[in-house]
Amino acid sequence: MLFDYPTLKLIWWLLVGVLLIGFASMDGHDMGVGTLLPFVGKDDVERRIVINTVGPHWDGNQVWFITGGGAIFAAWPLVYATAFSGFYWAMLAVLWALFFRPVGFDYRSKIANPTWRKTWDWGLFVGGAVPPLIFGVAFGNLFQGVPFSFADNLMSTYTGSFWGLLNPFALLCGVVSTAMITFHGAVYLMHRTEDEVYRRTQIAMLIFGSLLLLTFSAAGIWLWQGIDGYAIVSAVDPNALPNPLDKQVIRQPGAWLANYDKVPATMALPALAYAGTLAAMLLAVNGATLAAFVASSMAIVGVIGTAGVSLFPFVMPSSTDLRSGLTVWDSVSSELTLNIMLWATLIFMPLIIVYTSWAYKVMAGKVTAAYIRENDHAAY
Amino acid sequence: MLSEQLVDLSRLQFAVTAMYHFLFVPLTIGMTWILVIMESVYVMTGKTIYKDMTRFWGKLFGINFALGVTTGITMEFQFGTNWAYYSHYVGDIFGAPLAIEGLMAFFLESTFIGLFFFGWDRLSRKQHLLVTILMAVGTNLSALWILIANGWMQNPVGAEFSYVTMRMEMVDFWAVLFNPDAQAKFVHTVSAGYVTGAMFVLSISAFYLLRGRDVDFAKKSFRIAAAFGFASICSVIVLGDESGYTVGEAQQTKLAAMEAMWETEPAPAPLTLIAIPDEQEMKNDFVIELPWVMGIIGTRSLDKQIPGIKEIRAKNRERIVSGIAAVTALDALRKDPSATAIKEQFEAHKADLGFGLLLKKYVTDMADVTPEMIDQAVADTIPRVTPLFWTFRLMVAFGFLMLALFGAALWYSLKGNFADKPWLLRWSLWMLPLPWISCELGWFVAEYGRQPWTIYGVLPTHMSVSTLSVGNLYGSLAGFIGFYTLLLVVEMYLMIRFAKQGPGSLGTGRYDNEAVHATAHA
Ligand code: HDD
Ligand code: HEM
Ligand code: HEM
Repeated sequence: MLFDYPTLKLIWWLLVGVLLIGFASMDGHDMGVGTLLPFVGKDDVERRIVINTVGPHWDGNQVWFITGGGAIFAAWPLVYATAFSGFYWAMLAVLWALFFRPVGFDYRSKIANPTWRKTWDWGLFVGGAVPPLIFGVAFGNLFQGVPFSFADNLMSTYTGSFWGLLNPFALLCGVVSTAMITFHGAVYLMHRTEDEVYRRTQIAMLIFGSLLLLTFSAAGIWLWQGIDGYAIVSAVDPNALPNPLDKQVIRQPGAWLANYDKVPATMALPALAYAGTLAAMLLAVNGATLAAFVASSMAIVGVIGTAGVSLFPFVMPSSTDLRSGLTVWDSVSSELTLNIMLWATLIFMPLIIVYTSWAYKVMAGKVTAAYIRENDHAAY
Repeated sequence: MLSEQLVDLSRLQFAVTAMYHFLFVPLTIGMTWILVIMESVYVMTGKTIYKDMTRFWGKLFGINFALGVTTGITMEFQFGTNWAYYSHYVGDIFGAPLAIEGLMAFFLESTFIGLFFFGWDRLSRKQHLLVTILMAVGTNLSALWILIANGWMQNPVGAEFSYVTMRMEMVDFWAVLFNPDAQAKFVHTVSAGYVTGAMFVLSISAFYLLRGRDVDFAKKSFRIAAAFGFASICSVIVLGDESGYTVGEAQQTKLAAMEAMWETEPAPAPLTLIAIPDEQEMKNDFVIELPWVMGIIGTRSLDKQIPGIKEIRAKNRERIVSGIAAVTALDALRKDPSATAIKEQFEAHKADLGFGLLLKKYVTDMADVTPEMIDQAVADTIPRVTPLFWTFRLMVAFGFLMLALFGAALWYSLKGNFADKPWLLRWSLWMLPLPWISCELGWFVAEYGRQPWTIYGVLPTHMSVSTLSVGNLYGSLAGFIGFYTLLLVVEMYLMIRFAKQGPGSLGTGRYDNEAVHATAHA
């Protein structure tokens, strides 16, 4: 075995981050496109142009979400169990919003009735806008701690309510997340369209890019000034068998910024969030849309990386029973499982990237009105 | 203790969502290979009609696929939302195949399905065929991995309990992978999917032939479906689940329950064809049986005995008593992990820990266990016989009915005169729902027959759920049923509409019922 247990635990923290970033970048641009759909496409042909920019790819991209769920199950079973059952209604809202996408894409253009098509367009909007909003809200709650505790046999109980999740800071984080995803989708959409749709999307791109910069800064200041973090005060043995009840935790002002003091290099992540967003806006305005897409992906790395590093080593702190909080050291799978999953990821991830790139290459180019008219029965 | 209502509602929700999912899954599994066959013929012969067949059946496949994905997303997250303790307790083993399924199968399937639909003009013929094949491979791999996960629930090999982490941990990945139960399940289940795909094409082609429409197209499709379907139904019946019987106590218990075998019969045991099981008295009325057959099917031998329900219960009673000691020791160990004497007691009874946990349905503290509770727990270890007995027989009966249909369809396809046999065409049409019903019945047998366990012998169902309120469950259950029913109605509407219209919906100008230009202007 190549790595020891503590290293594996760290690697899996990174890999879950990679999967989240992959999800936000790949499925995220589809969702952004879905959010923009009713606004940048005025007539049916324009809307079909918008839909067909992601038509061949949305399903493959959605697997980032599914695999993210599976990987958290395999690598952090306690997080999978505790977070998804605790955030029960939030999770269901995400799933139900996502229901609109497969059917929306596939069924919308199969029938010519305008009401039918408009209904599905709004379905695609919901499927694009709601999940990022809720994920952002969930992250906002992680920073404040989540009201749950473990019984002695590690059965978790969540004592909050759904409405409790919707507090002001969490909602701000929801806006950060929605702005990020919509911005990213707009950059992608500019890359694949022309004329009217392109011009309308450019405006949306500038709006959401600015909104991202603004809300990301606001959330940062709020986190620094107004939110108490969590810190482990007992000795941490990264090699220990995972047992979340075996530690002491305190709540402490400024604790969420402690990692930036400890490892100043991590400041690069928030910097990347700004640099990526600004670069993407500039590049896109100048027509370098592919480079802009790379830059907005970097912005996503920056934003999600910032959240991850701030929380580290916590994944999901508990606000009601502090020691129950879950960390990268004590919510993980066994060494053997982490190893097997690492190998599976190392083997399959490069393959996935290769054939996904090929699929994009095959379908590359602008989606035009002429294409839609010629492929009336085959296109989405 | 978790309320019984919460457990029942969680089970109901899982059953509803899984059974919806499995309305779409088998058709996807079967259609992918049928599309590969049709497209291969196109690439080999260059005849456009085979390309049109691939595209038309592909269109119907796509309508189904969309809901397969929709309902699948729920499944991936439902273990976390509704089975939190289960997810914690076995996630170390169970999560891995789910994650690998995503990495290895779903990415493949879902990336290439995009190119399958939109790549016709951008790929060479051979490249497009490759895309279709990769899509089919991905689909079948997804079935393999999820069934490895499900097989492990029936026969939990390669794992051990750790009292420090309070969960099962993987000790042998290869044992999980090559679990004979999972392999048997895989063969049976994907073959059932192939049967579903074949029946779908067969029935709809028969419909066109009955109407005298698109005759050439329908005949070619019918022939492919008949051959593929016949091979698949043979595989379902002959290969399938037999090897599942020979391993593990879960399957033995299930077998005894679905055969209503109360007593251990002298080998080789008879097969009960029809009976009315009496669960109170533990006996059967109105029995019609075939001597020897059960023993041969169940053990592949003439001399091995198959344990009956009464024998299994006696053994389970011993394990429950031993399990009480295991749970008691575990509770003490959680408080003081260094107590060596207790550790020894725990190790001695560890194998029966799951059986001890069965009592947690009735008490929190093992010191309060009464003999009545033990009796109750013993009774719990046997799933209810009557529903299993009948659902199993119905599945088998449908299997033989379909064998007869595909046999006849293949026979007359080979003779070349099937299109002149309206009785055969009508029969093909009316049998359309059978594979779906059989699949649902099969899952009922497999899952209900595993009760009272989620993981056989390891984790009882009643401990597996999330600590949600009953109100939450009513809300989400209503949401799922409402949503899914709505989506199903929309799906059926589109499916019937396009199936009725036929290949004309491609808008190629070569078929009956040509599509009109459909672009709407909003
Ligand atoms: C024997 C086969 C089989 C079984 C038992 C299951 N599935 Fe399934 N699933 C498939 C076979 C399949 C498939 C054939 O690959 C699907 C069905 C239709 C489809 O579109 O892909 C699919 C789709 C599908 C998707 C969407 C994948 C995508 O976007 O491509 C997810 C997330 C799941 N499933 C997850 C599950 C889970 C967590 C299950 C267990 C509880 C489960 N499925 C049971
Ligand atoms: C898609 C095909 C499937 C169908 C139709 C199906 C059907 C069912 C049914 C009817 C139940 C309720 C049994 C009862 O409580 O009486 C159930 C329960 C359950 N099944 Fe399945 N199942 C399927 C696949 C799976 C797979 C692949 C897994 C795991 C990988 C799984 C895991 C479970 C779990 C955890 C429960 C809840 C606990 C229980 O009641 O046993 N199922 N399923
Ligand atoms: C003579 C015919 C058949 C026999 C002897 C048979 C046997 C079985 C048995 C014993 C099980 C339970 C397996 C378990 O609990 O692990 C099962 C499950 C199942 N059956 Fe069948 N079956 C037959 C026909 C069919 C047909 C025709 C279909 C559908 C086309 C079908 C679809 C299924 C499915 C989907 C399952 C659940 C998955 C599994 O557990 O493998 N079966 N079958």
